[in-house]
Amino acid sequence: MAAVHGDVHGHGGHDDHHPTGIMRWVTTTNHKDIGTMYLWFSLAMFFTGGFLAMGIRAELFQPGIQILEPELFNSFTTLHGLIMVFGAIMPAFVGFANWQVPMMIGAPDMAFARMNNWSFWLLPVAASLLVVSFFVPGGAAAGGWTFYPPLSTQGGLGVDMMIFAVHILGASSIMGAINIITTILNMRAPGMKLMDMPLFVWTWLITAYLLVLVMPVLAGTVTMLLTDRHFGTSFFNAAGGGDPVLFQHIFWFFGHPEVYIMILPSFGIVSEVIPTFSRKPLFGYSSMVYATASIAILSCVVWAHHMFTAGMPTVAQLFFMYATMLIAVPTGVKVFNWTATMWRGSMTFETPMLFAIGFIFLFVIGGFSGVICAIVPIDIQVQDTYYVIAHFHYVLVSGSLFAIFAGAYYWIPKWSGRMYDEKLGKWHFWLSMIFFNMAFFVQHFLGLAGMPRRIPDYALQFADFNMISSLGAFGFGLSQLLFVYIMIKTIRSGEKAPDKPWDGATTLEWTHLPSPAPYHSFEKPPVFKPTVH
Amino acid sequence: MANSNKVQDNLTMMKKLLIFSVVMFVFGYAMVPFYEKFCEIAGINNLLQPDKLVKDMEVDTERWVTIEFDANTRGLPWEFKPLQRSVRIHPGEPVEVMYEITNNSEREINGQAIPSYSPRFLDKHLRKFECFCFTKQVLKPKEVREMPVQFVIEPSLPKELHTVTISYTFFELPVGTPAISEK
Repeated sequence: MAAVHGDVHGHGGHDDHHPTGIMRWVTTTNHKDIGTMYLWFSLAMFFTGGFLAMGIRAELFQPGIQILEPELFNSFTTLHGLIMVFGAIMPAFVGFANWQVPMMIGAPDMAFARMNNWSFWLLPVAASLLVVSFFVPGGAAAGGWTFYPPLSTQGGLGVDMMIFAVHILGASSIMGAINIITTILNMRAPGMKLMDMPLFVWTWLITAYLLVLVMPVLAGTVTMLLTDRHFGTSFFNAAGGGDPVLFQHIFWFFGHPEVYIMILPSFGIVSEVIPTFSRKPLFGYSSMVYATASIAILSCVVWAHHMFTAGMPTVAQLFFMYATMLIAVPTGVKVFNWTATMWRGSMTFETPMLFAIGFIFLFVIGGFSGVICAIVPIDIQVQDTYYVIAHFHYVLVSGSLFAIFAGAYYWIPKWSGRMYDEKLGKWHFWLSMIFFNMAFFVQHFLGLAGMPRRIPDYALQFADFNMISSLGAFGFGLSQLLFVYIMIKTIRSGEKAPDKPWDGATTLEWTHLPSPAPYHSFEKPPVFKPTVH
Repeated sequence: MANSNKVQDNLTMMKKLLIFSVVMFVFGYAMVPFYEKFCEIAGINNLLQPDKLVKDMEVDTERWVTIEFDANTRGLPWEFKPLQRSVRIHPGEPVEVMYEITNNSEREINGQAIPSYSPRFLDKHLRKFECFCFTKQVLKPKEVREMPVQFVIEPSLPKELHTVTISYTFFELPVGTPAISEK
């Protein structure tokens, strides 16, 4: 505790003499440094997971087995999912939270600066476990990112490494969430009430609560798997009286809130970007807050819609079906609020705004296919087909990822003090938009026609759509190199950014801080004047 | 600047959230007995409890159903087989079949049989009164045992089904573990 104590106190100037070189990054407790590391880590993982995705799409380019043996293909799909969910999307949002939450609420740093450092440095350890597991005897886990038993109780060392990695990632997420909740609740600038907070901060507060709610359950699940594998328990082992269906219930009790953990912060980013570039306050601020909270609460009682075909009483199916469809209501509230914010605004279409509008457009498609999947008789048809793949890539790629891009372009002037190249940014958006839809829209058709997921080969009638999808995926993957180029170019040689490059921006980091934001900001809390929502 | 109240507030908050995390970890484990209880009350997954004997079940003499018997072992040196491969009955007729297990090894082994049905929903139409799978089986070295299964397939079985399969797999239990049904 002493370290935590010291860090909160220690802004007397002495820690301005931070170590240089690599040790600066290893030992840093500065929220901006840690945010930066989270974002770079997430980018590296995005390309690792992306490489696996390219492998999957290359194999599926044509029917037959060309480049990946089925076992390796299964490892690719499994690790693609795990790395993208736990390595790319989640750390990216934590990175945003680290940079933005203290600046947006006028706090000098995160509440527990040392713990913040630990939460980050656990991630590379977990990521190496996942990546190295490809090279151990038996290969990486291959039972799907949801690691259902019995496959996950049977696999080799790779599965143990995956379990351990999930433990570490869980610990990191819990520590991060505790930090974020405490920062938001205890360290706001004087005068800033909860209902004065920017919506990004609100969505992260709710997300962090979801994290402490469900991450420990995931930790429990993988611990049960581990003891089933090595210590003779039988939680999921039918031979000893366990039940593999029980695993699915516990896993999805975590897993469904998890998908909202990956989307709520993106709602927050979009809710900052849309008002800025519409030059209007967010429409329906308080309804946005309540909608976010309702989504979070509902997300905890819908988990069994992932397992309609696993066997459950009809009454339960009906409950989970209606509860799931109910989530469309608060989500709809959000979409209408964003649209109403843009209505009659003086809109301009810089790259962050393009990604935010692209987000709304494509996320709604993913939301609708989600409602379709919620309907039990349809779900029984499309379970484990490419329709489901298309659905969750519309909400995770064009949802979460597009919002991450929107946020990165929106805040990079504040972070680096330099502007990105608007022309290249627009290229990045349009290439991503076109190739994303090319890759994933046709997967709806494949799924409806019955193409199963997680299979390296397919029947001939699926060949054309798969080729289109693969070409789209390659295009999408290559377009993301452009993002890296734009970001590096911005940081190294971008034009100097003004303190407030977006004239519609109203939050503290734009109105009270120079660009780039100083290493220590808001050591004296700012005077906060609430705007009327 | 050094506001020790604030630090104290932060630490209190961290403590609360940590306790909450631990509670949720335990909650994950609490779902296991909850799930078992729920299944028991709802009558789901009830493979290892005897069903109540029904005295005068109506026999559907209009049709025949073939019941095939299957036996497997997994990871223990037993020989396990049904003494008849199949029987042909009218739904509603009580059936008794015998299975035989032989311990081929030189040690005493505890085993537990787990049933499995094809089609899967057969358990909704199957009433089992007596089964070696209700308890664990302890076999001395080289011991041979014949064991009965008594059941009835209800006439509610869908008309289009003419053949069903009842399968058992024996798994080894570590010495000292109670049978699942005795837990």
